[in-house]
Amino acid sequence: MARTNNIGLSKSDYKGPPTTLCQGCGHNSILSQIISACFEMDMAPEDIVKFSGIGCSSKAPTYMLNRSFGFNGLHGRMPAIATGALLGDPTLKGIAMSGDGDSASIGMGQFKHVMRRNLPLVYVIANNGVYGLTKGQLSATSEVGLTLKKQAMNELEPIDICLEAMASNATFVARAFAGDPKQVKTLIKAALHHNGTAILDIISPCVTFNNADSSMHSYAWGRENKTPIHDLSFIPARDEIMIEDFEEGTTQDVTMHDGSTIRLQKLERDYDPTDRIAAVQIIEESRANNLLLTGLIYVEPERLTLMDTLNLPEEPINRLKEKDLRPAPETMKKINAAMF
Amino acid sequence: MNDKVINDFTITVGTANGSGSQTSNLTILRALFKMGIPVTGKNMFPSNIQGLPTWYTLRLSKDGYTARRDEHDIVVAMNAKSFERDVANVEPGGVLFYDSAIKANIERDDITIYPMDVKTIIKEAGIPSNLKTMVANMVYVGVLAQMLGIEIEKIKMALEFHFAGKEKPVSINMGVIEASAKWAKDNLEKKDNFYAEPMDKTDGLIMSDGNTAAALGSIYGGVQVVGWYPITPATSLVEKMNAYLPQLRTDKNGKATYAIVQAEDEIAAAGITIGGAWSGARSMTSTSGAGISLMGEFVGLAYFAEVPIVIWNIQRMGPSTGLPTRTSQGDLNQAYYLSQGDTKHIVLLPGSTHECFEFGWKSFDIAERLQTPVFVLSDLDLGQNQSMSEPFDYPDVPMDRGKVLWEEDFDKFVEENGEWGRYKDVDGDGIPYRTLAGNRKEGSSYFARGTGHDAFARYSEDPDVWMQGMERLTLKHETARQYIPDAIVDSVDGAEIGIIAYGSLDPAITEARDLLAEKGIKTSYLRLRALPITDTVKSFIRKNKQVFVVEMNHDGQLREILNANMPGECTKLVSSNLNNGLSLTAKWIRDDVLAKKEN
Repeated sequence: MARTNNIGLSKSDYKGPPTTLCQGCGHNSILSQIISACFEMDMAPEDIVKFSGIGCSSKAPTYMLNRSFGFNGLHGRMPAIATGALLGDPTLKGIAMSGDGDSASIGMGQFKHVMRRNLPLVYVIANNGVYGLTKGQLSATSEVGLTLKKQAMNELEPIDICLEAMASNATFVARAFAGDPKQVKTLIKAALHHNGTAILDIISPCVTFNNADSSMHSYAWGRENKTPIHDLSFIPARDEIMIEDFEEGTTQDVTMHDGSTIRLQKLERDYDPTDRIAAVQIIEESRANNLLLTGLIYVEPERLTLMDTLNLPEEPINRLKEKDLRPAPETMKKINAAMF
Repeated sequence: MNDKVINDFTITVGTANGSGSQTSNLTILRALFKMGIPVTGKNMFPSNIQGLPTWYTLRLSKDGYTARRDEHDIVVAMNAKSFERDVANVEPGGVLFYDSAIKANIERDDITIYPMDVKTIIKEAGIPSNLKTMVANMVYVGVLAQMLGIEIEKIKMALEFHFAGKEKPVSINMGVIEASAKWAKDNLEKKDNFYAEPMDKTDGLIMSDGNTAAALGSIYGGVQVVGWYPITPATSLVEKMNAYLPQLRTDKNGKATYAIVQAEDEIAAAGITIGGAWSGARSMTSTSGAGISLMGEFVGLAYFAEVPIVIWNIQRMGPSTGLPTRTSQGDLNQAYYLSQGDTKHIVLLPGSTHECFEFGWKSFDIAERLQTPVFVLSDLDLGQNQSMSEPFDYPDVPMDRGKVLWEEDFDKFVEENGEWGRYKDVDGDGIPYRTLAGNRKEGSSYFARGTGHDAFARYSEDPDVWMQGMERLTLKHETARQYIPDAIVDSVDGAEIGIIAYGSLDPAITEARDLLAEKGIKTSYLRLRALPITDTVKSFIRKNKQVFVVEMNHDGQLREILNANMPGECTKLVSSNLNNGLSLTAKWIRDDVLAKKEN
C-alpha cells in the first residue's frame, strides 16, 4: 500500500505520463521535486494549473500532475496565458515551467512584466544555458567561452536571470541546482506559499548538449562550485512555529502571507533575504567569483498582487453567471439617455 | 441672390492639432443634432499631438445622408499654416470664415468671405489671460451660430453634456460664444445662402461613436478579461470600457467582476485574452491591424486549441505603420486567414454604431458557441467619428455559453456519452465539449496545446489523427455559418446591378444607390455582416447580372474571397475599390459604377 498524504492521495496521483526528455536531464529531477512538494503539502492536483512555453523545459509539465489542467502555449508567451487563466480563477495555484530560451530570450518581455504585475505564480526556469529542442545552440545564459559542437565559442556576457528578476522588482527570487533535490524541493515549497510571482532559477544541466565538466550548467561544475547562502527549511502554516529552539543570530524566519515560514540557517554570512540591496550585491559577488549561488535570494511577502490591484471578488470570475455579468435591462435606458 | 440652402451643406473647420478645437466641433455637431437636423462629423487628423493642421467636417443633410462628402461648402480657417489650402478648398458659391489675425491675400471672388476678429472678441469677453488660447476656438462656434442660425440654447445643452454639467467651463465657453455671436451680429452682414433650421429628423436617435458602442456592447455581453495595448484608433474602445465598467459591473461587495490588463505589447494582450477565455471568462482584446499582425501566432493557437476569444480590429491604413490616422478596410484577408497552416476565422462586420453595440455582445456568444476566435472589423471612421443611430437595444436573447461542462455537467455528460474527450465530436457538428480550468472534478482536466493532439487532447504526431482534427475544424467552420449574422439584402425588382459592401461604407452605399436611381439605374444591395459567407450571399450573386463589390482596400479583398468561394461566378464580380485613407463618397461610388457598368 502506497503512502498517502493528509488528503488521501498517493504520490502517483501527482505524476504524469512517462517523460520523453533525455535520460539524466536535470528537468526530470525538477519535476520529481515539484511532485514531491505538492504531495507533501497535501495540495489537491485539481487545485493546481500548469503552464509552459516552448522548449525542453516547457515539454516537462506534460510529465507531472496529470490530474491538473495545463496549457502548453507559445515560445516565450507563457506568462500572458498564465495571467489570463489565473484571472479567471485566482484560487488555482499556478505552476509554470520555462527555460532560458523561453524566458531570457524570446520571452524576456513577458518574463519581466509578469513580475512587475506580481501575478501569483510559481515560475520555474529550468536553466541549462543551451537550446536543447533545436539541438544545441547557444542561449542568452550561456557563459563566455562556452563552445558547442555546431556553434562558435560564445563571446557574449550571459544574462543573469536572478539579477533580471531583481531589476523587475520580483517579490521572490531563488536559485537552485537541479542536482540538489532537497534544496530544490524546499524552495518549491516556499514558492508555492508565496503570494506573488516566485522566480526559481534552477540550473538544470543538459546531458546531451551542454554537460562538459567545465560548463557552468553541468553537473560536475554545479556540484563543485555551488555555494548555498543558507540552509533552508520550510514550515507549513498549520504547524506551530517554535523559534526558541534556535540560537539567536544563526537562523532567520521569513513569514509568508499565509502564515507559513521559511527558516534560513545562516552559513558563512549574515544574510537577510528581505534586503533588496544585499540581494543584488550577493548575486553580483557570486558572478564575480564564478560561484553558483543557491538559496532564497530575495523575498517580499506582502506586496499587492495583480488580483489585489484589480479588486477581484473572492468567487472566481469564471464561475459568474449571466445575472452577474450582463447589466440589468433598466440600465440600458440610462446608458442611451446619457449618449446625447 | 440664389435660393436658400437649408440643412444640406458641409462645414469644414481647419485648426491646429491640440488646440482644443475638438470641443468646439463636437459642440456644433451636438447642437445641430439637438435641432433635429441629421448631421455627422468626421475628424481628419494627423499622427501628431500638437501643432500640425487638422480638419473637422460636419455634414448637415435634411435627407439623412451621413457619408463623407468631398465638397466643402463652408470653411472655417483658424490655422495660418493650412490657410492657403483651406481657402482653395471652398466650393464656388461657398463661404469662408477666417481668423482675421491671419494675414494673407484671399484671391477668391466666387465665395462669401467673413473675417472674424478673434483677438478683439476674446479681449472684450473678459476672459482670464491664461484661458485665452483654450477658448479661442469657441469664437467660430458663436459666429457660425449667428450667421447660420444654430440655436444658442442647443449649444448650451451640448456644452453641458461635454463638461458633464460642470458649471465653470460651461459658463466661460458660453461667455465667449455669446460674445462672438453678438460681435457677428453687429459686424457681419449675411451675404451667403446657407441656413440651419430646426427639423424633427433626429427625434429618438442617439449620437455616439463606434468604439463607445463596442465597449458598451461588450459590457452587456458580459466581458470579463481584457488584455490590450494602446494603438490608434482602437485605444478609446478599452478606455470607454474603463469608464463604464465600474458603474455597470461592480458586485454587491464593491468588487470588479472583470479584469482589464494593459499588456506590454499586443502579443501579451492576445495571450492574456486567450488565458482568460481558456479558463471560461468572456475575454477580448481590441487593437488595429499592426497589433493583429503581432497577434498572429497566438490567434493560430486559439484556433487550434479552440479557445473562444473576441478580437476587435479598428482598421487603419496599412501595410506597416501606413497612415495610422486614416481609415481603411484593408485587414479583411488578414482577419479571415490569420496565422500559419490552414486557418479560417469568423469575421463580423458591423455597419453602424448600433451594430457595434450589437456585435459587442453577440461576438461572445458566437465565440463561445463555436470555441474559436471571432474577429470584429470596425474601422477608424466608424470607431472614432460621431454618428447618429437608434438607441442601443438590450440583448434580445440570453447569453449562449456554448458547450461547457462544469463539475455537475461532467458527470451527466459521462453518463450519457461515455468517456469525455476535449476534442471529441459528440454531436456531429464539429464542436466538442470543453471543461474549464478550475473545474475540480477529477478527470475533467486536460492539457491544452498548440501541438498535434487527439480527441482526448493527448500529444499526437499520427498523420490520421492530424487529418481527423483538421476535418473536424472544417466541419466546425461549416457549422459556423448558422450562428453568424446573415447578410442583409435589399432586393429591387428590375435592378440591373447588385452591390455588395460591408462595414462603415453603408451610408455611402445608401446615398450612392439614390444617386444611381436618379440616373435611372436600379440597384439591389447586399450588406455583408460576417464571414464565412452564407447561402444568402451566394444566391444574391447568382441572381444579379453584375455585382459590384465596393470596399476600401487596394486589392479588392472581399472580391478575392468571393471569387474563391464561387469560382463559377467570378466574371460577374466587379471591384469598386479605393484605398486612400478617406472614406468613400457616394459620388465616387456612383461614378465608378457608371464607368464600369455593363450596358
